[in-house]
Amino acid sequence: MKSAIAFWNILLKDMKNYYLKPPNISWGIIFPFAWMLMFFFRSGKAFQIEEIFAGIVAMSILFGTTSMLAVTITFERRGRSFDRLLLAPISTGLLVFSKISGAVIFGIINSFIPILISVLYFKSPVANWYLLFIGIILLSIVSTLLGLSIAVSAKEVFEAQTFSNFFRFPMIFLCGLFIPLASMPVYIRPISYILPVTYGVDILKYSISKANYLFVWLDIIVLIIFCVGLFYFSIFNIRKKWIV
Amino acid sequence: MESIIEVKNLTKKYESLTAVDSISFSISKGEIFGFLGPNAAGKTTTINMLIGMAKITDGKIFYKNNDITNKIKKFQGCIGVVPDESNLYEELTGFENLCFCASLYGIKRSKREAKAKQFLEIFQLSDAADKRFKSYSKGMKRKLTIAASLVHDPEILFLDEPTTGIDVASSRQIRSLIKNLNEDGMTVFLTTHYIEEAERLCERIAFINKGRIIKIGKVQNFIEDISQSNIIEVLFESTPIDKNVLLEKLKQSFPELECSFKNENTIKLISTSKIDVSPVVSFLSSNGIYILEAKLIRPTLEDAFVKLTGIELDVMKKEKEKK
Repeated sequence: MKSAIAFWNILLKDMKNYYLKPPNISWGIIFPFAWMLMFFFRSGKAFQIEEIFAGIVAMSILFGTTSMLAVTITFERRGRSFDRLLLAPISTGLLVFSKISGAVIFGIINSFIPILISVLYFKSPVANWYLLFIGIILLSIVSTLLGLSIAVSAKEVFEAQTFSNFFRFPMIFLCGLFIPLASMPVYIRPISYILPVTYGVDILKYSISKANYLFVWLDIIVLIIFCVGLFYFSIFNIRKKWIV
Repeated sequence: MESIIEVKNLTKKYESLTAVDSISFSISKGEIFGFLGPNAAGKTTTINMLIGMAKITDGKIFYKNNDITNKIKKFQGCIGVVPDESNLYEELTGFENLCFCASLYGIKRSKREAKAKQFLEIFQLSDAADKRFKSYSKGMKRKLTIAASLVHDPEILFLDEPTTGIDVASSRQIRSLIKNLNEDGMTVFLTTHYIEEAERLCERIAFINKGRIIKIGKVQNFIEDISQSNIIEVLFESTPIDKNVLLEKLKQSFPELECSFKNENTIKLISTSKIDVSPVVSFLSSNGIYILEAKLIRPTLEDAFVKLTGIELDVMKKEKEKK
């Protein structure tokens, strides 16, 4: 019960303090719009929403979660308010779970902006809604945990932003979002396979248009392994780097 | 008296640097225990090990005779920690900060709201309850940080330099609050570099320097030990005479006296026997020093500190201000 109270209040505080701030809400709306417009201008009238649907959903999640968590945690560490959490009688696991929950919810909500636009405005079909939700949730968790790993390594907010971009941009081009895995050079593919986002994007592609490359069940298993692995890696890193 | 915390051979090493070197002490239930020392003496590192914010290289920590060295997380519910810098949430109001801190200890909503209001009143912050923490003055921030460390009714309060960098009025108020808390039964572990603060608040003190405890005991005992010495301070007008040369001459002429400069214009003379001041005054006058005053000094904790550590307090304060 005590842990539940602590968890709920950390989540509520983060939602109120960071995720529900007007700049972040507007960013969550503008970001997918901007990407859609970019594709629209690039493709002209031949714009096919199905081709970019999965990509925009994945990028909304990836950019939303990694930057938010990396920046907010670095910010709290710098202001030393994060020490309050480390001093509370809650386990590091619960602390990590509480901190990532807000960012995961933020990622899921962000992903629904392009979904609503695609489905309601462009009448884009979705092949499998259940798998779409599973993909969104797993991708949100894995991206958030990547953001946390970045936060543990950064000391300043600008460092966290730089690190985030250092990981995110190569990931976008290597995860099969714009260049299908099948079209990638053979020597590049191993790099794609070690990126968790590759599997998230594959689930999204399957659930929207069934145009995926890997096996969906394999995507789900690999993503779950990444989630668990990154979760424990974050706990290990926090204990190692922040309790010195 | 019953010991609430006992530390045995506590050591902290950072690669080749030994920050805390095998220190041992115990804190009795209901006492204010002071930890005094200059910068980088090991005060904060010791606190950090006790509260679970630093890993212990070696040694043991006991809480009520139970070894908690490897399970400090479980002990964190019994302690309140006030770090040397306020660490609350800038975007939250005073009331929200206290409620949030209480929630981390699993306190239910109705109870934590009542506690928050109670502490805002005690710390005279009720008028600022709905203002954001970032708009608070330094003194107010410090008071709210102390209040936040108390909302879960801890048994022991760890205070790391509680009055550093705040105005005189707020410092006095904080000292009075610490005293009141202690009178209500709270055990307090206090680190400070203000000797007078330790002298006013603490029952027992440990002097720490370069990671080692130099001496530990009751404040009165420290003063009594040094009272066995006679101290005379001689105040003189500014002079161009080289002070090192003067000091050397003094030492040669009065080998039974321990001579040092307290500041630019004051010479301090210490002896275990009674000091006859007239030959000293004559000697200084013959060396072109115009004496303004010579007085017998009642030893203070500051004198004990200087004698034991060899660190002048002015140096220590300047170091802290630089920080």
